[in-house]
Amino acid sequence: MNPVRLDMDRIIDDRRTRIIVCCGSGGVGKTTAAAAIGLRAAERGRQACVLTVDPARRLAQSMGLTSLDNTPRRVDGVETANGGSLYAMMLDMKRTFDEIVEAHADPDRATQILANPFYQSLSSSFAMEKLGQLRHADEWDLIVVDTPPSRSALDFLDAPQRLGRFLDGRLIRLLTGPAKAGMSYMKVLNAGFAMMTSALTKILGTQVLKDAQTFVTALDTMFGGFRERAEGTYQLLQAPGTAFLVVAAPEPDALREASYFVERLDAERMPLAGLILNRVHTSPAGRLSAARSMAAAETLEMHDRPNEPGVAAPRYAIATAALRMHADRMQLSKRERRLAEHFTSAHPAIPVAEVVAQPEDVHDLAGLRVIGTILSRQGS
Amino acid sequence: MTTRDTDWDGVRLHVVTGKGGTGKTTVAAAMALALATAGHKVLLIEVEGRQGIARLFDCPPLPYEERKVAIGLGTQGTGQGGDVYALAVDPEGALLDYLEMFYNLRRAGKALTRLGVVDFATTIAPGLSDVLVTGKATEAARRRVNRRDDSHVYHAVVMDAPPTGRISRFLDVSTEVSGLAKVGPIRTHADTVARVIRSPQTAVHFVTTLEEMPVQETLDGIAELRDRTGDAIRPGGIFINMARPAMLQGADLAAAASGSLDVTELAVGLKAAGISDNHGLAADLMTELREHAQQIALQDREREELLTSGRPHYELPMIPDGIDLASLYQLAAALRQQGAA
Repeated sequence: MNPVRLDMDRIIDDRRTRIIVCCGSGGVGKTTAAAAIGLRAAERGRQACVLTVDPARRLAQSMGLTSLDNTPRRVDGVETANGGSLYAMMLDMKRTFDEIVEAHADPDRATQILANPFYQSLSSSFAMEKLGQLRHADEWDLIVVDTPPSRSALDFLDAPQRLGRFLDGRLIRLLTGPAKAGMSYMKVLNAGFAMMTSALTKILGTQVLKDAQTFVTALDTMFGGFRERAEGTYQLLQAPGTAFLVVAAPEPDALREASYFVERLDAERMPLAGLILNRVHTSPAGRLSAARSMAAAETLEMHDRPNEPGVAAPRYAIATAALRMHADRMQLSKRERRLAEHFTSAHPAIPVAEVVAQPEDVHDLAGLRVIGTILSRQGS
Repeated sequence: MTTRDTDWDGVRLHVVTGKGGTGKTTVAAAMALALATAGHKVLLIEVEGRQGIARLFDCPPLPYEERKVAIGLGTQGTGQGGDVYALAVDPEGALLDYLEMFYNLRRAGKALTRLGVVDFATTIAPGLSDVLVTGKATEAARRRVNRRDDSHVYHAVVMDAPPTGRISRFLDVSTEVSGLAKVGPIRTHADTVARVIRSPQTAVHFVTTLEEMPVQETLDGIAELRDRTGDAIRPGGIFINMARPAMLQGADLAAAASGSLDVTELAVGLKAAGISDNHGLAADLMTELREHAQQIALQDREREELLTSGRPHYELPMIPDGIDLASLYQLAAALRQQGAA
């Protein structure tokens, strides 16, 4: 079954597209894809900003990013004939959060929060907050974001919900004091309450419990606002101006994760634009099958084997090597094709763009440009 | 049992990390099979909830329970290998386990789960859930048969750990927790866990492919472990996965890389094998050969780079058909032959 081809240029040329989110499991080339799309969009006239989390050092350097400072930096060397520009930013999670705290709490409370040990170990799932900020700043008309390399690639979708569940949870009400929990509620809970606090104290110890209490009380007012904004960003992601791209490599784990992602985005009613299948192996000599190539290599080896006195080197060494190597490559390509078809038959309506494996990693704008071009010339 | 020397004699907890896509789970599984020599039980632990181990060993999803999944790689003479058990650890299960084991508080633990303590730990203090997960691995590594028989239940424990970018934080449990808890039971627990992780009984192995980014991350990961823990947590070996064999050697390889091989010679070879050189097939194959040679050159450069770390290294071949149970044993044999297990 042939998948629908992804039309990348249509997506980036459509001025209504304001956010592109690249997601997928770790090590599939998400950041490279996001950077390549941002560059292509800029060179086609968009004011683009690439938001990335902890990119590989060399890729960051290729875009002129040397420091991790939470401010979008202009990328030099971008073709600006069409009136576009490219900015890029590495996201520092902790700093993002510091900024939120400083912006939304009064100075005393901010100091208290920032000094709390719990704050120091805050989780890193707040990329969405920064995305919301950039989108509202309206300085760029296209933001390309690659999702953080997390335990599960879906963490960023869950972050507002998890935070909400935590803040609305009974635990938080217990921690913030029985007064808030309400009398009837306390009655229900009373039986298990002593046991529960005793267990909590056993795991955490009284000091930790006290710190947690202070922390939660301090954040209580501020977090409300934070959660509202996280939900706002979440809704922004469901809006028509957003395009999700799932990135995968043609390997079972990456594609399984991609499938899961596709279903999850669908369930959350997030607008999925398509799948980028990265690092696909192809062959310019695809008309010679793996089986025939292998058979030919064996034939040549048999030719070479008989002892001919005076013949030092096998005559067909190069041809044999070429045929064996080609057979391996065709076998790999066939396997990748099957895996891709497996995905396509499960998700027939999802447009796919394939990017052939590059001989070397991308580490400059020229390399990103090549990827952008490949992404935009699908099966035409 | 065996007198064979391996590079990691004395290591009881093998932590296997690697960049996403490098085959970390596969290598961890192969390592477990290789370590399970006759009479030696090995536990393979998964911590990221992906059920990758169940998939590899072709069995139903693993619960929070130690289950036998395979028999280790046999040896000539001593026959069949020892049992390989597997366990999928999640923070919630580890919390219940911790409460039951140390305080006999399983029911209270369930109440805590309902109240969102686990959400609390993973959202606000990831260090807490890490200490529970690593705590389970160190407990298994230290576990004795019973009071009278103080031999270890598991000869070795292999952990399919979080990726390279997160590994030193994940393992540096005492620092992570000490910020949160200066005193108290969780702190005591963290310190016990840290003692095992920071002892010669634990080694952190890095899985990489011979590509630029994974190699860079591996070297950064080793350096970070050093910077953060000052050699207290020991980097183990580098496991080079999916290395492609060179089809040509020496001068031929160099000629292929620079594109100066003779196309006619190739065409003559094709003809001798009964394949006609239609539409420039020989030239196309030559292009492939050139790409192959360039890839081999890149691999060699990356290997050199890895060797600068001074860590022992092992090579595992690319399996073009994909990993199945048979190929896992093949990889295990390669590890054992190179002295990794």
